[in-house]
Amino acid sequence: MTPPLAILLSDRLVHLSAVDVVIVVSYFALVLGIGAYLEGRSKTGEDFFMAGREMTAWVAGLSFLSANLGALELMGWAASAYQYGILATHWYWIGAIPAMLFLALVMMPFYYISKTHSVPGYLKLRFGEPSRALSAISFAFMTVLMSGINMYSMALVMKVVLGWPIHFSIWISSITVAVYVALGGLRSAIFNEVLQFVLIWAGALLIPILGLIEVGGWNHLKLRIAQNASAEYTHLWSTLGTFDGNPMGIHWTGIVFGLGFVISFGYWTTDFLVVQRVLAARDLRSAKMAPIIGAVFKMLVPFIVILPGLLGLAVLPLKLTGESAVATNGGHSFNEVLPLMLARYCGPGLLGLGITALIAGFMSGMAGNVSAFTTVWTYDIYRALIHKDASDRHYVAMGRWCTVLGVLISVGTAYLVMQFASIMDYVQALFSFFIAPLFGTVILGMLWKRATHAGGFWGLLAGTLSSVGMWAWVRVDHSALRYVALSPHARDMAENMYRALWSWIVCVVVTVAVSLVTQPQPESELNGLVYGVTAIPHEAEVPLYQRPAFWAVVVGVGFVILNLLVW
Amino acid sequence: MREGGISIWFFIGVSLLLNGALIAGAGIWEVFNPPANKVVLFNLHAGVWWGALLFIIGLAYCVRFAPHRQA
Repeated sequence: MTPPLAILLSDRLVHLSAVDVVIVVSYFALVLGIGAYLEGRSKTGEDFFMAGREMTAWVAGLSFLSANLGALELMGWAASAYQYGILATHWYWIGAIPAMLFLALVMMPFYYISKTHSVPGYLKLRFGEPSRALSAISFAFMTVLMSGINMYSMALVMKVVLGWPIHFSIWISSITVAVYVALGGLRSAIFNEVLQFVLIWAGALLIPILGLIEVGGWNHLKLRIAQNASAEYTHLWSTLGTFDGNPMGIHWTGIVFGLGFVISFGYWTTDFLVVQRVLAARDLRSAKMAPIIGAVFKMLVPFIVILPGLLGLAVLPLKLTGESAVATNGGHSFNEVLPLMLARYCGPGLLGLGITALIAGFMSGMAGNVSAFTTVWTYDIYRALIHKDASDRHYVAMGRWCTVLGVLISVGTAYLVMQFASIMDYVQALFSFFIAPLFGTVILGMLWKRATHAGGFWGLLAGTLSSVGMWAWVRVDHSALRYVALSPHARDMAENMYRALWSWIVCVVVTVAVSLVTQPQPESELNGLVYGVTAIPHEAEVPLYQRPAFWAVVVGVGFVILNLLVW
Repeated sequence: MREGGISIWFFIGVSLLLNGALIAGAGIWEVFNPPANKVVLFNLHAGVWWGALLFIIGLAYCVRFAPHRQA
């Protein structure tokens, strides 16, 4: 741990009572119990890596969202809401909902009909082995880093809130996750993610409810924030006309095209961490409904994450600052806003549930990363490149050991995270390295039958390298920001948005150019993989209220209304 | 819904039932033994009604998805 962080974390915010401890311990006991219970049902590869492909739409949908409700969602975005205001909500609404609906209606049929076990697996079917290898290796790399972020965040919370040693927290959480995922595989991860989803809501929902009661409602909250910070903090779109007109230093084009299109679509449609949950659905209609159910709850998550951050601006008697400022001057950092709000309203019992919600969020994110890493490593790296013809039992054993190994690597990477000033920006940088170009490759593969193997591979490689190159360029020469992010005023998040957009464009341009000069694939090889040559089951005979398209429209209307309400 | 011998919703019911009972119990204890350092809005006794709500939801899930009813 770095010295500044050691200073920052020298005090605890709350003391748990006996009943709080019982609640936290019973949570650990329950997740381990579920893992042990499901161990006997995870004997085959299909069971261990794909949860038997028997999940209902609700279970797959809640798990799909819960895997995303990791450290970032709970701690990071509450901190961002305090720092940047309601603009942080963009990551939940335009930065998620359109992409989730697109996954459900457009992309899910190809993932599901192709019967792939992973996103790199789809690339193998569509673009050949080199594209799969590139995607799988970059995904595995990203996943263990993300898992490290989760661990670090959880340990930080435990240190700040409870005074637990950071190493103790890391090892307790990682061993628990390793045990229940290694025992029950994806089924255990999914079951626990649904449980964690419920506990997150049960533990976190009280903060905004009590906060709004304290300030006297939404309008009074806006008035207080205008007094304590700025009126700009409560406007979602109206301040995005210029780079310097809002707390985030971003233009609406960055939000719409960088976040709302490239990063969002890249993450929600090609990041195997979340897509894996939907692939475990029991039929195509469930697979299409799962992201739509997830989208409904995703729209509501700002209530338990963003609103506490905004309430912190209004009611906390102290001013939170960045971690570097805290290290110099003392006080509390942005990242502590959620625990501070928890301590403000929650007495014995409620505090234990709130802490359990935080732990559950961190563990669900970690378990999601670990189970996705295990599948990609075993199927797309180990079986594809190292040991092709082993038995199913051998691969299941490899999956179990890989779970433990993945957790150990994640523990190591947790300390890398401490080198970065902002957890948020670090993760956004990772997304733009790998996810944005991957979305370009997958979407062209699904919708354009002329895309070739060579086009897919070189486009993916060029997009990834260009993203890393732009990141390094700005680190070496900060004035390059005016080219990469279109403005010297752009903050880190804005830079990440634009870098993702450029890398996606590079990927698409290179894929199209190389495809046009290389031999097209015969249509017979594209059946089940590409729009136009794949027979997609129609739902004309299903009642309207059972059709995914109907519910997607309902969610879309809700999405528009919410944006207008806080324009 | 049942993805195994015991439904995931039963596990969730158990968790809510247990947590609800503990939270409501702690909240009732605080009503009669107020702490020296009270949380903000202590007068609302959030622990009592929030715990009771979780307990009722948990109980409903435990009954609805009890293993013997799923068998």
